[in-house]
Amino acid sequence: MKPIKTFLAAAVVAATALAALPANAADPAPAAYAAALKDKRVLLVPMAMGFDLAQGWAAILKHEVEAFGGVFETRDPNWSVEAGAQAITEAIASDPKPDVLVVMSPDLNSYSKLMKRAQKAGIYVLLVDNPANFKADAYLGSDWTELGRLEAEAVVKGCGPDSSKKIGLVQGDQVNATSLFQYAGIMEVLEKYPDFEVVAKPDSNWDATTSRNVTTTMLQQHPEICGVIDFWDGDATGAAAAIRDAGKQEQVFLVTTGGGEKTADCDRIADGTYGAVVMTELKQESYNMVTMIKYLLQSGQPAGTSSAYIYTLLHATTKDNMMPDSCWDLKALQEMAGN
Amino acid sequence: MGGSAGVFLRNLNQERIVLVVALAVFVAAMVGLPGFLTAGNLIAIVRSIAVLGILAFGMSVVIIGRGIDLSMVAVMAMSVAWYLQLLGDGMPDYQAFALVLGGVLAIGLVNGFLVAYADVPAIFVTLASGSFVFGYVRSQLISSDAVPVPDGHWVELLGGLRFLGVPVEVYLFLALAALVFVFLRFTVWGRYVYYAGDNPVAARNIGIPVRPMLLLRYALSAVTAFLAGLLTAASLHSINTRVVNSTLLYDIVLVAVIGGIGLSGGKGGVRNVLVGAALIGILLNAMTIIDIPLLYQNLIKSTILLAAIIVDGLLNPRDEQTAQQGDI
Repeated sequence: MKPIKTFLAAAVVAATALAALPANAADPAPAAYAAALKDKRVLLVPMAMGFDLAQGWAAILKHEVEAFGGVFETRDPNWSVEAGAQAITEAIASDPKPDVLVVMSPDLNSYSKLMKRAQKAGIYVLLVDNPANFKADAYLGSDWTELGRLEAEAVVKGCGPDSSKKIGLVQGDQVNATSLFQYAGIMEVLEKYPDFEVVAKPDSNWDATTSRNVTTTMLQQHPEICGVIDFWDGDATGAAAAIRDAGKQEQVFLVTTGGGEKTADCDRIADGTYGAVVMTELKQESYNMVTMIKYLLQSGQPAGTSSAYIYTLLHATTKDNMMPDSCWDLKALQEMAGN
Repeated sequence: MGGSAGVFLRNLNQERIVLVVALAVFVAAMVGLPGFLTAGNLIAIVRSIAVLGILAFGMSVVIIGRGIDLSMVAVMAMSVAWYLQLLGDGMPDYQAFALVLGGVLAIGLVNGFLVAYADVPAIFVTLASGSFVFGYVRSQLISSDAVPVPDGHWVELLGGLRFLGVPVEVYLFLALAALVFVFLRFTVWGRYVYYAGDNPVAARNIGIPVRPMLLLRYALSAVTAFLAGLLTAASLHSINTRVVNSTLLYDIVLVAVIGGIGLSGGKGGVRNVLVGAALIGILLNAMTIIDIPLLYQNLIKSTILLAAIIVDGLLNPRDEQTAQQGDI
């Protein structure tokens, strides 16, 4: 028996020694990473699932969350504030609760209390794209004032020094932070160019037909207008139609903002519908979300501890600086996520 | 009250009140706003209410027959979105068009069938069918809120059509006005719409095919909605289904009702729609020229409408003779 015992002992010693060798060392990090992230639930509640930004976020989040073994879900309030509030309320009450709630708020205040309740229940809350009066674990999206500044710079450049220097704005509404901050940014820049003048600033209520009607009126009352800023590419098709109908594509430089989806933005820049589009880098924005989700879930900090602003870099894209990869393709992204 | 002023006041019904208000706003804008009375602006006014007016014609025929069609905006947006999606997916045009037109007719006929033969109140039937149409098309048939018109498609060309500098939807609006006028005024089935709306039971007793006519009216309003959707897409080069959540549906009912088409059925006609649409069009245009923010625009619009209704209530009080069963 003795030789066997000795052999076994030697084997154990050898095995221990070998295990300690760097070549076979197991990195403890993946296990810790997996333990922190596996089966974690991420819930996205945008204003609606039917528009390019939300579909882009969802595609990338789904891809990433499922890759780390988590569960990704979306709710579609379809532009209804009440339906969105209900989705958040149900998420807080559900079992198992989501671990991270990604919310696109419809305005500054509607969801503030609900999101606080979610944090109290231990859910990390990420606020995306639309700012709100609420200390989210992180805000990821545009600096809307900066976005307005870029639009104003683009329209000043698009009009040129020899133009009429008269500009029309098609605002969204008077309650949404994106509209109010955008306006503030535009006016701030225009103060630097005192010879530029805003001759009209109607609201579209984010509706394309309304945008068309007010832009038609604007162009008739001020035929010398050299530039128009419409506050969202979702309704700027209306302003574009009005300019086209008036036969003023050459004269009026149309600036808008959007999520940088190919058919919504780049194709329209290429065919001359839009002069410039201030775009959000959707991929970067979505991967910022992914990073924050991974970080928060491993941080061990209670929900509501941090309140970081992760602004996405904004670009005014025009025909001159547009690259093949300036825009992203919704269809390709959805195929990647296996939707 | 005596004399001609008294007679004038007593003859003021809602339609005339709204007409007077519309003219007053028109004159005020003409005097106060330099750019108002130009050919371009007047065309813009008519054009801005053309699609709304077309929808209101469809709605009026249903309302006069003592019904209501709350599915119109959903049918308008979703039918065209589906059509454009089919085209984008490469289906031949005639096939896609036939499929969508069939779907639109089917929705109208189902609405009519449920109202006529299942005796479900129209307001519930069409509210539910509207939601169904939106939900089904949005979730099953199209991939996002906004669907673009394919490049060079006839819908896109339609949007650019001008005759004598006037957009094609203005002509279509006027043509439809004439068509509905002739239908309601001079055809037998058109007259029956009033009888059925005024007193369905009596209409049935004298042998009018009340139920088949109900099917016809809802099918008509659905097809009208499809036409309105095509015109919207023609102008914008895309259709955004988000319009289903907007106040467009209320605006349609408003245009019909403010012009004097009673929700209780049996009265009104094309003229009422024209008057109602004129008021809304002139008002919105003038306020846009003055650059009044949207919040105040809504306030002013609703105040004027409320005032017109109150004046009507004071001048034409309801009593046992004028009130009808089913009046909302």
